[in-house]
Amino acid sequence: MATATIDWGANQQRPLRSLLPGGVSLNVDLPLLLTMLAITGFGFIVLYSAVGENGSLLLRQAVRCGIGFCAFFALAQVPPNYLRAFTPWVFCGVFGLLLLVMIDGEVGKGAQRWLSLGVVSFQPSEFMKLAVPLMVAWFMHDRSLPPTLPQVAVLVLIVLVPALLIARQPDLGTALLVVAAGSLTILLTGVSKRIIAAVGLAGLVSAPIAWQFMLDYQRARVITFLNPESDPLGAGYNIIQSKIAIGSGGIFGKGWLNGTQAHLEFLPERSTDFIFAVMAEEFGLMGLLLLLALYLVLVGRGLFIALAAQDTFTRLLAGSLTLTFFVYVFVNAGMVSGLLPIVGVPLPLVSAGGTSMVTLMAGFGMLAAISGQKKRLAA
Amino acid sequence: MENAERPFKDQMREQKLFQSRVIACAVGVLLLTAMLVGRLVQLQVVDTQHFTELSEGNRIRTAPLAPTRGLIFDRNGLLIAENLPTWQLVAVPEEIDDLDGTLNALTRLDLLTDVDLEELAGSVRSRLGFERVTLGNLSESQAARFAVRRHRYPGVDIQEGLVRHYPYAGAGVHAVGYVGSISSDDLELIDRGEYAATSQIGKTGVERSYESVLHGQVGYRQQEVNAQGRVLLDPAMTEGGENQPTLLTRWPTPGRHLILSIDMRLQLAGARAMGVQRGAAVAIDPRNGDLLALISTPGFDPNRFAAGLSRNDYVALTTDPDNPLFNRALAGRYPPGSTIKPMLGLAALHHESVDPHEDHYCGGYFRLPGSTHRYRDWRPQGHGAMNLHSAIVESCDVYFYQLAVELGIDSLGSSLTAFGFGAPTGIDISGEAAGIVPSREWKRQQFANPADQVWFPGETVIAGIGQGYTQVTPLQLANASAAVAASGRRFRPRLLIGTEDAVSGAFEQVEPVEADPVHVADESHWQMIQDAMLGVTNEPSGSGLTAMLGTPYTVAGKTGTAQVFSVGQDEEYDEDNVDERLRDHGLFVAFAPFDAPEIAVAVVVENGGGGNRAAGPVARAILDAYFGIEDHGDSYD
Repeated sequence: MATATIDWGANQQRPLRSLLPGGVSLNVDLPLLLTMLAITGFGFIVLYSAVGENGSLLLRQAVRCGIGFCAFFALAQVPPNYLRAFTPWVFCGVFGLLLLVMIDGEVGKGAQRWLSLGVVSFQPSEFMKLAVPLMVAWFMHDRSLPPTLPQVAVLVLIVLVPALLIARQPDLGTALLVVAAGSLTILLTGVSKRIIAAVGLAGLVSAPIAWQFMLDYQRARVITFLNPESDPLGAGYNIIQSKIAIGSGGIFGKGWLNGTQAHLEFLPERSTDFIFAVMAEEFGLMGLLLLLALYLVLVGRGLFIALAAQDTFTRLLAGSLTLTFFVYVFVNAGMVSGLLPIVGVPLPLVSAGGTSMVTLMAGFGMLAAISGQKKRLAA
Repeated sequence: MENAERPFKDQMREQKLFQSRVIACAVGVLLLTAMLVGRLVQLQVVDTQHFTELSEGNRIRTAPLAPTRGLIFDRNGLLIAENLPTWQLVAVPEEIDDLDGTLNALTRLDLLTDVDLEELAGSVRSRLGFERVTLGNLSESQAARFAVRRHRYPGVDIQEGLVRHYPYAGAGVHAVGYVGSISSDDLELIDRGEYAATSQIGKTGVERSYESVLHGQVGYRQQEVNAQGRVLLDPAMTEGGENQPTLLTRWPTPGRHLILSIDMRLQLAGARAMGVQRGAAVAIDPRNGDLLALISTPGFDPNRFAAGLSRNDYVALTTDPDNPLFNRALAGRYPPGSTIKPMLGLAALHHESVDPHEDHYCGGYFRLPGSTHRYRDWRPQGHGAMNLHSAIVESCDVYFYQLAVELGIDSLGSSLTAFGFGAPTGIDISGEAAGIVPSREWKRQQFANPADQVWFPGETVIAGIGQGYTQVTPLQLANASAAVAASGRRFRPRLLIGTEDAVSGAFEQVEPVEADPVHVADESHWQMIQDAMLGVTNEPSGSGLTAMLGTPYTVAGKTGTAQVFSVGQDEEYDEDNVDERLRDHGLFVAFAPFDAPEIAVAVVVENGGGGNRAAGPVARAILDAYFGIEDHGDSYD
């Protein structure tokens, strides 16, 4: 019987007193931190093989990793109440930046998605992946669950308006991930199964309509997914080579630095989106199972934190951050192994590059903060 | 607070609902993971034999093919950026038995110059497999010399490519820009796939702002390689002959050519007239905003960037006290001096704060009521009786001190804003400065200390002759002069007038974009101001008379002198005794032909002294080039 007081092990964590002088406690969730370190460590080993002796790329990745862990530690110290209080501002801020990109974005990759702040350029759409679940959780916090139909309508708007703006940039991949993050949060609010079914049906019906609005290169990706052989020079080539890399890895792999697909340059984007295939080729099924197990530990820990959370906001946030993380893993692994079409989603905590590393770690920082909430209340 | 009961929340029920959803999701996670594992088992256990064979027999590699960068032409079709063939000496480390011996032999053949052999050998050894390592660039004759001896050096080869070349070297560099190696910052902003075979990217000027137009689309070719990755057959490298049907090639799409508004004749004439002086000159067509010339001196040779600039050379460029990389035409901020007097006169007419026909006496200095401070005229003995027309023609400072005080700083500022000062003009290349139009509000925001935020009446006085806080860019000055010439009609200045398909030659025109016009209460005010500017270059007492003597076209203009160094109340400005860097900047604006202006020019010569003497000849040279008048100087080249 589930009662009001549940302890799913959230209290087992210990504050890292030794990290700060004067016995000030630094809130970190040790299981989260250790698993993240294990995954990023494994990731570095694979990245080293993927990029050869390219020291500067490894260094840049290390710097991004460092920034990510800083974001993790920083957000882990923010009490969830503060986070909730700031949520509407964060959402409006990111939304404003998104509008700014539309008006004044730098044109990169033929699409307007980068905003340049002097020396750094970044993609505001990336931050929407965090801002949307935050906003949904904030909106439902003071309301009783499950949401009523009008409330569901508001939630859908919170998710769809930013997603449509991002899709217009055009960045279909990120837009879909924002929809995924928002939808998972809505799902966790306990919205009735009938509404879920209705939305699912609407999605199916609207697919042909969406096809009409897609850009040529987006359509090409879908066609390539359905039939990779149709474009053996471009995107189809990637998927053919990545399947060969995974398949030829076998159970135990070809060994570290011995992947022929990667080292003879058959495999494209091997340090970023296709790093999963490098891992598959060199470490085989065993290596992949280890990685997936580590990911599942993170997801399991996140769901425990969600179940032990004390209020609606933290519950929804912890649950959706965790599930969204899993979606990234599944989409990347699925695309590289030919289960899903190619959408530019990096392998979380492993792929070299960009803002996603920082937003992911920031998300885990929030999880750690939620996990530490109970402790703080007790103290 | 956390556990406070809310009337409408059934905590227990909500928690149970949430739990059931989390459990459902956890089941979903496990199912999807199982699906993924199933897929991996299928690939790595069930079908592994098949894929291992494919991997071992993997002989077809897709290699990217670089698109040819679009060319850049001036408005008359002169080529100003082209692609030249280049030869690089490359090595495949695995195929060289005696690396040191080979490198020494190449040095003896004079193919490797200015390199540290030890360092080069080290970098070659650090590469794995059959990757090609660039040893150095070759000239055409060097490439020929190596080609006949190629058989003696296994593992060393010549790789052909294209490199950007600017035939006019530095003459157009601040408009055209240059290309250089793709940096990590550039990588963040581009599609890596599109640049897979490209090593250079536009860094500044139109090369950068129209990068996506110039670049084109990448192509691919399939190559057959052996198990170690060595290329056995490459249809793109072998001419015709044994093209195997199984090897596919998708040729790249070349980038589009750009047709610029720049007229190289004006560009060259202006640059030559500037000589070794630092400064900028901008010529603009008042009818559409076309930039006919955009000159910033000193320039630099963009070909050195395209060929790969050494670190020392780059440091030398960035630390040069004359700062050749700095685009003075766009980003140089100068006090406009007297060149804004016509616009201030117009503002005073518009606000009816001056009677154009009333004479004011100029005795060589101006004093604010109740103050002993003397604001001096550039002519110590004064100009005598002055009305608006003669004050512009002779550039009387005292008249405009008075005019500024009567106009007030806020009206003065807003009239300058209407001409486009204080904001970027919106030219289609980046790096533009906004400049400063001073006002009470601006000063409040600019200074932290409240004592500094107060606007002093004396600051209004000197704003009347374009001194003090006012800062403009040469581009803004040219654009504003074009607006005066066109009686208030304004355009967004532009460099690109069209693009051309590299294959079909189809031309696509870019339409000019109008900006907010300058409004005046009475259209006859324009005539009055333009007539005064005509007087500057045509009346015997005009301050710009000598610069424009004997032009076969009618030209109107205005001189300007901007103080860099402030002279004490009782001192005389003595050019010979002032350090060269502290001498006055010379400015000149002009437009022609007077009846139907086709060109407006603004020239700034840093530390050049008076406007008529320093900047006037540059404006004259550009105007002469525009009207096709033979230059008396040496021809270029």
